Amino acid sequence: MSETSQGAAPRHIPDRLDSRLKSTLLSWETLLLLVAVAIFVINSFASPYFLNEWSLSDLTFNFTEKALIALAMALLIIAGEIDLSVAAIIALASTMMGLAVQYGIDTPGLVAIGIGVGLACGAFNGFLVTRLGLPSIVVTIGTMSLFRGLSFIILGDGVFKGYPKSFAFFGQGYVFWVISFELVLFLGFALIYFLVLHRTNFGRRLFAIGNNPIAAQFSGVRVARIKFILFCLTGIMSGIAAVLLTSRLGSTRPSIAQGWELEVITMVVLGGVNILGGAGSILGVVIAAFIMGLVTFGLGLLNVPGIVMSIFIGVLLIIVIALPIVYKMLRQRTA
Amino acid sequence: MKVLARYRELWLLAAILVVIVLVSTRSSTFASPQSLANVFNDTSILIMLALGQMVVILTRSIDLSMASNLALCGMVVALINAAFPEVPVPVLLLTAAALGTALGALNGILVWKLDIPPIVVTLGTLTIFRGMIFVLAGGSWVNAHQMTDAFKALPRTDMLGISLLSWFAIVVVILFYLLMTRTPLGRAFYATGINPTAATYAGVNVGRTRFLAFCVAGLIAGLSGYLWVARYAVAYVDVAGGFELSIIAACVIGGVSIAGGIGTVPGAVLGALFLGVVNNALPVINISPFWQMAISGTAILLAVVFNARSEAKRGRIILKKAEAA
Repeated sequence: MSETSQGAAPRHIPDRLDSRLKSTLLSWETLLLLVAVAIFVINSFASPYFLNEWSLSDLTFNFTEKALIALAMALLIIAGEIDLSVAAIIALASTMMGLAVQYGIDTPGLVAIGIGVGLACGAFNGFLVTRLGLPSIVVTIGTMSLFRGLSFIILGDGVFKGYPKSFAFFGQGYVFWVISFELVLFLGFALIYFLVLHRTNFGRRLFAIGNNPIAAQFSGVRVARIKFILFCLTGIMSGIAAVLLTSRLGSTRPSIAQGWELEVITMVVLGGVNILGGAGSILGVVIAAFIMGLVTFGLGLLNVPGIVMSIFIGVLLIIVIALPIVYKMLRQRTA
Repeated sequence: MKVLARYRELWLLAAILVVIVLVSTRSSTFASPQSLANVFNDTSILIMLALGQMVVILTRSIDLSMASNLALCGMVVALINAAFPEVPVPVLLLTAAALGTALGALNGILVWKLDIPPIVVTLGTLTIFRGMIFVLAGGSWVNAHQMTDAFKALPRTDMLGISLLSWFAIVVVILFYLLMTRTPLGRAFYATGINPTAATYAGVNVGRTRFLAFCVAGLIAGLSGYLWVARYAVAYVDVAGGFELSIIAACVIGGVSIAGGIGTVPGAVLGALFLGVVNNALPVINISPFWQMAISGTAILLAVVFNARSEAKRGRIILKKAEAA
């Protein structure tokens, strides 16, 4: 397939096994960290309002909800699947919480409903993918329309408001000083996901599945079951994100979190997770989340509109993915 | 099940006819030739885009940037038209097509030469193209009164009873049919998707074929960009927002396998028509348009279950799963 290796011995079979995992994983996070620091420094010079504890605190609200989903999405993508319906799950979970408010359900019930709807949606995706053996990208494009479609059916062009006072804590509360509840929750989950992915058998199995599902199956890994769990997990994280976002906004429209699925996936891929599965790390995803937060917040302080920021995110995504590949190509050419 | 799979297009056609018949029991005018011509006209752009997307999906790729590409090309020609009304419309049409092809080629180059997964590339270009529209237009709209009459008239011009927009779709469908069934490039698209390794040994340049698929999709997106903006007589940042998923939905419903190599021109056309008929039928039978999204979601899920069942009969499911995962 590659025209460059005609003369050389046919030793190099292009497959995803030789991905960045082995050679550049270590430097990948380092590179990301350097990018993050660079953006931080540029931001502090670009705007006098940036280096302020409340600004920095606001900054975290930009990405924590998406980053929570990105943690679970990272595991899912490492295992070779994808979920494009996460933003639609947020919409449906938020709509259901809004509906529950109309029946006078209080905060604990609302949280349970939000997370429960997320779990149900994730389980539905997981069922379709693992039991019926369907490709996850198409399934979740379908459920993406279905879940958000259900919100539209329930809400139409209306809006749900009137969330209880105590509900506002999740998206607006601070644990102490400027440290928000959202940030603490995200860091806590990041630690848990780090331990699960990098320190448990379950985590090892995800890499095995992502690299070769057949071999994993024959090695005694319950591929379908693990994938089902991962879809449920992604659903739950989307449900939690729905609770946080709904609490922060204080209202629900069916167009809530529109387009988030792409930002979440960008975050995961930027974090060094191989989109084809089998490689990635939680640390990378966490740094990538901070990078995206820094970029959007920094540009926001400079009054750059959101749509223009998305250009930066898109370019960042492609450049960060392309850099190691170009580097490898150049090295091969000189060798 | 075998028969089902073999005559898939006929079944889809039957499903479309059933919808039309059911709807006409509620509203007798729905099945009239004029009304059906309107439905076709409404669906023309989706049909063309679905064919472009099909070629990309056939080569085991996916183009999420088509709708953004469409919107960017549409905005560019709308801006040119507003600033230089003397530029003739055919030139604008060619400009849109050329720009679309160039944007598609950008996707293709990144996939071909840098070997970045198509979903990542087009996820990136999706947001980049959309952002470029904002930058170019400064966030403002190009409204109907800023466009020349000739610019707006082209897709609406009546020819032999149907609009020029519909004729565009018909010509594109015929060209794609010839491309896919009568040319080496068409065979190469299928070969690349069914088995890239075998295709390479058979002398097909897989990377180049993927690149050309993206160029074709870009060309269609560019062309549709002009047609969309001219038809609705307005250009703004969010033109065709989220439409990339409708395009993929049309392909999936039409039996195009997301794993590559499987899909036909009639299938993709019928998939698009199915969505078009359903969307046009809802207001007629007094169902709130808010149901549209959930219905197309359900249609996608049913179609993909159906696809999987018919593909399973081909006896290479283990291999395919291994490669697709």
